[in-house]
Amino acid sequence: MMPSSTIESVSPTPVKSGAAGSAKFPGSESRKYNYFEPKGRKASHYEDMTVDVQPDPERYLLQDWIISFPDGTPTYSKDWTAAKSSNWHKFRAVDQEWERTHYQRQSTICGMVQNTIENGRKSGASKRFDRAWIKILEDHLGAYKHAEFGLGTSTMQAQRYGYTQMVNNAILTNASYKLRFAQDLTLYLSEIGLDIEGFNNEAGKKHWLEDPIWQPTRRSVESIMGSNDYLEQYFATNVVFEPLVGELFRSGFIMQVAASQNDFITPAVVSAAEADYERNLANTVELFHLLAEDEQYGTHNIGLFNSWLHKHADLALDAAHHLQPIWSQPRVKIASFADALAQAKNRIRGIATEIQLTVPASLAV
Amino acid sequence: MSALTLNKITAQKGITIAEAASRVADLGWTPSYVQEAMTFPTDYKISKTPRDPMKQVLRSYFPMQEEKDNRVYGALDAALRGDMFRNVEPRWVEWMKLFLAIIPFPEISAARSMAMVARLAPGEELRTGMTMQMVDEFRHSTIQMNLKKWYMENYIDPAGFDITEAAFGRCYATTIGRQFAEGFLTGDAITAANVYLTVVAETAFTNTLFVAMPSEAARNGDYALPTVFLSVQSDESRHIGNGHSMLMAMINDPSNHQLLERDLKYAFWQNHAIVDAAIGTFIEYGTTNRDKNKESYAELWHRWIYEDYYRTYMLPLEKYGIKIHHDDVAAAWDRIVKKNYVHKTAQFFSVGWSLNFWRIEAQTEKDFEWFEHKYPGWYSEFGDYWKWYAKLSKPGETNIVFNADVGYVYPHRCWSCMVPCLIREEFCCDEVDGKMYTYCSEQCRWTHKVAFAAEYEGRATPAMGRFSGRREWEECYHGWDIADAIKDLGFVRPDGKTLTPQPHLRFEEKDMWTLDDVRGHVLGSPLRSFRALSPAERDVAVAEYRKGFTINPCN
Repeated sequence: MMPSSTIESVSPTPVKSGAAGSAKFPGSESRKYNYFEPKGRKASHYEDMTVDVQPDPERYLLQDWIISFPDGTPTYSKDWTAAKSSNWHKFRAVDQEWERTHYQRQSTICGMVQNTIENGRKSGASKRFDRAWIKILEDHLGAYKHAEFGLGTSTMQAQRYGYTQMVNNAILTNASYKLRFAQDLTLYLSEIGLDIEGFNNEAGKKHWLEDPIWQPTRRSVESIMGSNDYLEQYFATNVVFEPLVGELFRSGFIMQVAASQNDFITPAVVSAAEADYERNLANTVELFHLLAEDEQYGTHNIGLFNSWLHKHADLALDAAHHLQPIWSQPRVKIASFADALAQAKNRIRGIATEIQLTVPASLAV
Repeated sequence: MSALTLNKITAQKGITIAEAASRVADLGWTPSYVQEAMTFPTDYKISKTPRDPMKQVLRSYFPMQEEKDNRVYGALDAALRGDMFRNVEPRWVEWMKLFLAIIPFPEISAARSMAMVARLAPGEELRTGMTMQMVDEFRHSTIQMNLKKWYMENYIDPAGFDITEAAFGRCYATTIGRQFAEGFLTGDAITAANVYLTVVAETAFTNTLFVAMPSEAARNGDYALPTVFLSVQSDESRHIGNGHSMLMAMINDPSNHQLLERDLKYAFWQNHAIVDAAIGTFIEYGTTNRDKNKESYAELWHRWIYEDYYRTYMLPLEKYGIKIHHDDVAAAWDRIVKKNYVHKTAQFFSVGWSLNFWRIEAQTEKDFEWFEHKYPGWYSEFGDYWKWYAKLSKPGETNIVFNADVGYVYPHRCWSCMVPCLIREEFCCDEVDGKMYTYCSEQCRWTHKVAFAAEYEGRATPAMGRFSGRREWEECYHGWDIADAIKDLGFVRPDGKTLTPQPHLRFEEKDMWTLDDVRGHVLGSPLRSFRALSPAERDVAVAEYRKGFTINPCN
């Protein structure tokens, strides 16, 4: 015979555990951030870490911004760029960086660069550098590090102004990469300077400030730093300066020429910046492509970007041409400026096409 | 013979840390072709070059941070393998829905604010420190979003975590965190990014936020919060250094003293009003640990704010001729130990539970005993309230915020710190630009009317920010039925009817409140009603408000 006590009469055990799944009730299975539309089918980890952390009245600020600048400008304003968007919240960084991936990548680069320098120095490599090449490193790589620093400070400034977290974080990581690379070059030159008798660590800055070869580059960088439009800063850095001057000097000269001067260290140090740029460029193209495609403001934006392209391409092209004498300075000449410039122009044309821009005649083959 | 070590084999001559820092600082130059972009203005003068006390370079910074991250993420994995959530106290984790909804925005605001100060000071030395702080704050913001996601995936009740950033922008409690964050990056660049952020918030109040609170988490079986937040706090020493260095670059110029005194006063009081309200509540009311030997929030405050910040950081500023706001420090202390500021905040958060997005459990006899031990007199003021709260936690009861039997009187909102005016005897009001506003204290009245203005003590302050927006949350839903307001806020679970917040920790559907259980009561704006009064009526209303209220006995 069944006992009188049935299952129904036993009172349920009160929930003792705080673990997922230990009780079922409305909402107990709602285990995803549900307040934004992911770009793909499912939200990426980057999106979960990033989207909507910087709020705005369109997305959740019930009470609007609660502090303003004295002229009434709110904490974040769409007017801080001349570009317009019907949805600033749509952009997602292609490199999907959040803190963990950023530190992992930066740290890996730091390790790679330091190992290369340490091992190179241990083997006495820098003492075997060609004398003319050492002077190029002192004068020109030493000058170029300031360009990287200028772009780093410019993007550091720019990351304050974007209307969404996704835009600002992409610019922030760009600044972080640039500032690291500027320091990489500085410390690298200082360290090989310990092994090379009479190495002049001061020459780079002097050339940056005074050498006619570098003055148009400095003007180009200062024009980016001097822009009051944060997206113009971001655009001019990655769409214009990097392909026409940055890559031209890094890939078109240093990376190609160094080995022939008995230098295997410098290309490894500089290579990190090339990889950084690929990521920064991907983010930049994604953002400006989105703005160019905007149904409401696309035409306005393309006109604006074309004006930025013309303005900064003129400056950058002038900078590039003035760098030409550097290609003649190595004792062993294996790369030509003309080829490097053609490559740079080809690169910027490709980028411009992706954003639907009209390439200025000066950038034609 | 000395022992052979790997270091001896591999070591080679390098550059010194000082030399590396100095070479890196020399990367900057003064532009001559084009002026640097307009930065955010300040009324301060900075003519002295600030020094970087840390002298760290990025190539040692990034690996160091990666190592810190590895420890954090390893510990999170270990917590799951050790079944942490089986033993965690839900009372505690529920409050993390509020805390972690607020904190990532202030963190990323601090990253943005580095852009505001980095160009203000002459020289480049401190720029490296500020670059690291910028990346640190990016770290903090996203590592906290990750922690929150981790709670959402593994804790018994994910509702509230799942709507987190949307909830942050709307909730009547998170609104106080908004003031904290926007204050870091709006208005005078030095006021915001240096004094409010680094000199006061980070130097003084991150200790209660990121050190004291994690200890309480651990007492409640939550090892994840200490893991993440003590790692976050390890970055704060750099930020404190940045702040102090910039402060020292300005302090020798007597023309800055007036503004510094204004900003130190404003920043201290706001941090007290906001951080002590929130963190005090989490620590005292989010815990189940009632060990009488542990420090109360008041004792923690004395250690971290009074001894560590006020006595060892602020007082030495007097030798530079800065007048320190001693009275405000004493007043803040009195508000915590004599005027029950934290307890009144917890009472406010709980009375409005149905407009939150987390669960708040009633305090029990065990809690009462601890509170009375630590805060003598607590029971007579708050005991009956929490008994009412427990009694009214069942669906079908009248929502406590509208229940006339209880005796609670819903407070005015402070226009300055945005915490309600909870210490009734300190309530005050004033007109600014022809409009009447309410404040929790004289210091908050001064902040709005005197500090955030175009002129300070006869001196033009064209860079100073202004208060804006709909700062009284209650006004946003004036005249709404509370059920409609909750729906509009989005604080409803996926079934479309069960509330995200609950006034208990019972995890069964039958115990959970729905929209139907709260419908039929209308929300109102105390400020709107206050403004409608004649001057004479207003005086009476102020006097009445200052008398406070008495909770009716709960039998």
